[in-house]
Amino acid sequence: MLNIIWLALIVSSIVVAAITGRMEVVNQAAFAGAKTGVTVCFGLLSVLAFWMGIMRIAEKAGLMELVARALSPVISLLFPDIPKGHPAMAYILSNMSANLLGLGNAATPMGLKAMEELQKLNPNKQQASPAMCTLLAINTASITLIPTTMIAIRMQYGSVNPVDIVGTTLLSSFAATIVAILIDRWYRYRAIRSIR
Amino acid sequence: MYQWVSLLSLWAIPVMIAFVLLYGWRKKVPVYETFVEGAKGGLGTTIRILPHLIAMMVAVSMFRESGALDLLLGLIKPALDFLHFPEELVPLALLRPLTGTGSLAIATDLIAQYGPDSFIGRLAATMQGSTDTTLYVLTVYFGAVGIRNSTYALKVGLWSDLAGVIFSLLVVYLVFS
Repeated sequence: MLNIIWLALIVSSIVVAAITGRMEVVNQAAFAGAKTGVTVCFGLLSVLAFWMGIMRIAEKAGLMELVARALSPVISLLFPDIPKGHPAMAYILSNMSANLLGLGNAATPMGLKAMEELQKLNPNKQQASPAMCTLLAINTASITLIPTTMIAIRMQYGSVNPVDIVGTTLLSSFAATIVAILIDRWYRYRAIRSIR
Repeated sequence: MYQWVSLLSLWAIPVMIAFVLLYGWRKKVPVYETFVEGAKGGLGTTIRILPHLIAMMVAVSMFRESGALDLLLGLIKPALDFLHFPEELVPLALLRPLTGTGSLAIATDLIAQYGPDSFIGRLAATMQGSTDTTLYVLTVYFGAVGIRNSTYALKVGLWSDLAGVIFSLLVVYLVFS
């Protein structure tokens, strides 16, 4: 699926550019895009390194296991395949709460640690496990309590009440997350059935 | 409510950091060495993500600059008109799952053009704020652990993006008009 989308994006761009005579622009866009990729990645590096350092301390102190054991009933509902008290649960929980608080730069490192833990449980290392797909679904829909960036931009353009979109954002992201979980469940169910 | 939550957001991280450090210290964890060791892991993760991000950003950037995106918008416009979807928001809805910075630029532009308190301005803000960039999240999360076959994850992400667009439209319409 990702293969096809990637191929389609690039080939269609080149075809359109050939027809409209924008080859020069596309040429530049390719390398500008590559540069953006590097910039974004190095932006991630600082945040990732910092949080992974902190999380390692929590891990060594036994904090992650403690949290995981306390909250496993909740996470088990969403992730039935994860064994009770597995560290993945604690990371998933911290990822979800960071998302909720709008702490985007803390959410990613914790989500990635959760992925690493899920990868340890994954029998086929190249293929996404159902739990990984669920974690991804929750993160792409991401329930947002405070859309900080949009509030700042609305403020900048002189909104009378910049925070009046908090309610609508919360409501629609909550609904979209429920839908994401349901769709994920449906595909997961279908995948299990097709194997049998 | 907003003040309470933003206060919580402000305090959450420093308090958590202090708590983790003190808890580790009490459990006799060598906090400094452990931090450095963990941070080194962040470096490896970043390097693993890098090629995935470059691949994705190149494709998205080419698609946008070549005019292929505008062409696609023109093609699906009749269907959207039929559904009474406000056409000013079509580029935002289409770009949201592909690029976070690209869609943020479009949302900002809409807010500047129509005003932050207009229907379109509020809808743009809600749409931009209520979901994350599916393609980016997939690239980073799966890239970090070396997943090649994402199975059905992308489909789930894109369908829920569509749901997010529809819910944003519905909620903003019901609340503000």
